Amino acid sequence: MLLSARLVTVTGTGDAVPRHRLLLISTALVLAGCGGPFPQSTLAPGSDFGRAVDQLFTSIVWWAAVVFVVVETLLVIALIRFRHREGRAAPRPTHGHTVLEITWTLAPAVILVFVAVPTVRTIFATAGEAPADALKVQVIGHQWWWEYKYPDLGITTANEMHLPAGKPVQVSITSADVIHSFWVPVLGGKRDAIPGHLTRIAFQADTAGDYSGQCAEFCGASHANMRLRVVVQSDSGFRGWVKAEQAGPIPPPRASLAERGKAVFSRSACLGCHAIQGVSPGIIGPNLTHVGSRMTIAGGTLANDSVHLARWIADAPALKPGALMMRMAPPLTDADIAAVVAYLQSLK
Amino acid sequence: MSDAPRAGLTSWLTTTDHKRIGLLYFYTALGFFFLGGVEALVIRLQLAQPNGHVVSAEVYNQLFTMHGTTMVFLALMPLSASFFNYIVPLQIGARDVAFPRLNAFSYWVFLSGGLLLNASWVTGPLYHAGMLSVAPDGGWFGYANLTERQFSPGPNIDFWLLGLQILGVSSLAAGFNFIVTILNLRAPGMRMMRLPTFTWMTLVTQFLIITAFPVITVGLVFLMFDRFFGTHFYLPEAGGTPLLWQHLFWLFGHPEVYILILPAMGIVSEVLPTFARKPLFGYTVVVYSGILIGFMGWGVWSHHMFAVGLGPIADSVFAATTMLIAVPTGVKIFNWIGTLWGGAIRGTTALHFAVGFIAMFIIGGLSGVSHASPPADLQQTDTYYVVGHIHYVLFGGTVFGLFAGIYYWWPKMTGQLLDETLGKWHFWLQFIGMNLAFFPMHLIGLLGMPRRVYTYGPELGVGQLNLVSTIGAFTIALAMLVFLVNLLGIGRRRRAAPNDPWEGATLEWSVSSPPPVYNFSVIPTIESRLPRWRTERHGPMPDPPAVPPAPIHVPAGSWWPLVAALGIPVMALAPLTHTLWIVFVGAAILLVGIYRWAFEPFEV
Repeated sequence: MLLSARLVTVTGTGDAVPRHRLLLISTALVLAGCGGPFPQSTLAPGSDFGRAVDQLFTSIVWWAAVVFVVVETLLVIALIRFRHREGRAAPRPTHGHTVLEITWTLAPAVILVFVAVPTVRTIFATAGEAPADALKVQVIGHQWWWEYKYPDLGITTANEMHLPAGKPVQVSITSADVIHSFWVPVLGGKRDAIPGHLTRIAFQADTAGDYSGQCAEFCGASHANMRLRVVVQSDSGFRGWVKAEQAGPIPPPRASLAERGKAVFSRSACLGCHAIQGVSPGIIGPNLTHVGSRMTIAGGTLANDSVHLARWIADAPALKPGALMMRMAPPLTDADIAAVVAYLQSLK
Repeated sequence: MSDAPRAGLTSWLTTTDHKRIGLLYFYTALGFFFLGGVEALVIRLQLAQPNGHVVSAEVYNQLFTMHGTTMVFLALMPLSASFFNYIVPLQIGARDVAFPRLNAFSYWVFLSGGLLLNASWVTGPLYHAGMLSVAPDGGWFGYANLTERQFSPGPNIDFWLLGLQILGVSSLAAGFNFIVTILNLRAPGMRMMRLPTFTWMTLVTQFLIITAFPVITVGLVFLMFDRFFGTHFYLPEAGGTPLLWQHLFWLFGHPEVYILILPAMGIVSEVLPTFARKPLFGYTVVVYSGILIGFMGWGVWSHHMFAVGLGPIADSVFAATTMLIAVPTGVKIFNWIGTLWGGAIRGTTALHFAVGFIAMFIIGGLSGVSHASPPADLQQTDTYYVVGHIHYVLFGGTVFGLFAGIYYWWPKMTGQLLDETLGKWHFWLQFIGMNLAFFPMHLIGLLGMPRRVYTYGPELGVGQLNLVSTIGAFTIALAMLVFLVNLLGIGRRRRAAPNDPWEGATLEWSVSSPPPVYNFSVIPTIESRLPRWRTERHGPMPDPPAVPPAPIHVPAGSWWPLVAALGIPVMALAPLTHTLWIVFVGAAILLVGIYRWAFEPFEV
């Protein structure tokens, strides 16, 4: 699909490049990872951390390519040149060659020095230390969603992290249950979220944008559904978001469907797990104080619209295997669900 | 001569002949290899396109757990073990292994462990109505604390940890057996530095097994105690730490990688000289680098844990040790090419697979260097990049090496020649299939797809690459069908193998195919590293006479290894059913087996 789309656009310009070469180029592009919108590509870094890693990886790939070509060529030459042919004298029974053996012991060792030195330099450069005035964000992994806290700003949110562009960020990571791994490929490498431990990464996102990531450590039934987003905003955009988050929840208008939804929410099991500032204190599930402003629900897997919200409230485990949000007993009526959906959507 | 029965079911159940046990290992491991392959095909079907719906999340997690566990513990290790059993005593000029009944015990324990693990696929209804499978679902690496009772309440993980402990017993018993065999039962003149390279690599592997398996056993016992007796080794809320498991698992797990690859390296080091008609280039260096790899394999485990955040010092040290291990590995590759260089290469199927091993293992080694670098690894670990890497090492490496061994030694083990044309078809299908299946995985990983996910969205942009990978997996399956047709001799007349179809240099080729029960009518005296070839100072060794000049004692079969081995899975049923008294039944069977084994009359 990707391949053909690219072909169409290029041939559409009436370019004189022969068809088979186009195919070759497109294939190379697709294979090189430049062929399409790859939102989680590690090859197009968007932060200082990501770039440091990418530069190191690129240099290793070049060394590996040289070694690959040399060794495989030698192998192929040996296979072609020294095929058995009738009538040829029996091979000389060589047992070894000291100079050769020393050479091919030292050569890889020297190449490895060229890999090891920048490696150690990058290890220390990316050790997770940000300047003291960096924005601090705490990441807490849960089965199967992400909780974010901004301790200096008094904000708690879920699955979607907001950050300012061009500002250093100190992320400290832990887990509330099993081991997860926090990973936003474009913004840099992953770091495990381990219960009882605190790990860190630091980076500075280059430009505003919407970056996707997901849990990288197998963490149970819905590991695949533990996705996340980092919304990098301009300075003013970020300040606006902070202000909105710091404000309390917007009370639903009188006699509206949303107000009925709030009542349903407040008398149902919802409040046992979910916090809405001033309404419910739950801490097991995501904080919903501003859930209406998020793009996705269900660990970043579903669009945050009324259809998905309704299906989610009715039967979460059907959408996300193993989800801890159980079907309610007795189940909410469709009317109640619609009301809760309206309420949640009003929580901008 | 013994009058032990030589045919019929009883003779197989009671056999202590290393050759028969080798064949039992072979057929059992091959069965598990195909089972693990089918699991892989279902995995690939699920991932062939975004949002696949072939299996549920729960079943998918069981499939990838069982695929990894099966391939490592039930297919590749025992396939190597089948060659340890069949070939090593022949290569060192011995009549059998040092402890033939212990050898039988190892096999039966292995079989019971494998069956117990896989019983989890069909025993679901015993635990939960309406659920077929309760197969392990915590990954082959079984990371705590996900595998603790709190997060994995079902019997799935119990099957896994009990199965692995049973398999550990089998591996340990076999490990000690082969060390004693290789050190003590060498024919006169078979000095250590005259040992065939395969035997050398077997010896290094056994030392790794007897030192690495106790580590995983400790880890599994802790996990078992946490799950059954309420201890807190891996529970952070009670002062334990899940990282302890990771250290124990990888302290075992990395030597395990060498347990899987060293035997294949040994096979390649036998096959290349035979078909290049040239001695192994730099025998001493190849042997020492094998030993060195064995030692260095112990100092690199934390490279599986770079994302854990162990700190820059630990990361730097483990990066350095990991990169260093590439040096002896590279030396081996150059020596193999040096062996081919100047030879008279005959392109048999076995040689194809041995060369395929080198060509593919290079790729696995190079991608390995790219995640020896911790910052680079932070983007690669737990993604499909690593899945690509591990399959270039364990499929491109170990499996190609094992197939080289199968095509090389099958005539010796069964007295039947395999068909070379079908063999070439098998090779090329497998070669193309594996590159289609596993190369795209590197790109899939770099484009941001984590491993162990049962589904992925179309927005990731890796749908086509995944489809290519799935096509590759089915190409490999086709290669396996061709192999099976060849192995079973379907549609062609079987051809009997001569003693030495390849003009090999080592002792196994001096006896009939298959060898007589006593192996050597007269124990040979060894004068060179290549006893059957003419070297500068030594002529070829004369083959032992076809008929033994004097009667040879061969031990009779015994039931007791089988009985003792049966006690162990019975004991495992106790925790699986939460029924204490069963453990005493199992222990009683085991003790009776050992007791009768110990006092079994010596038959002449």
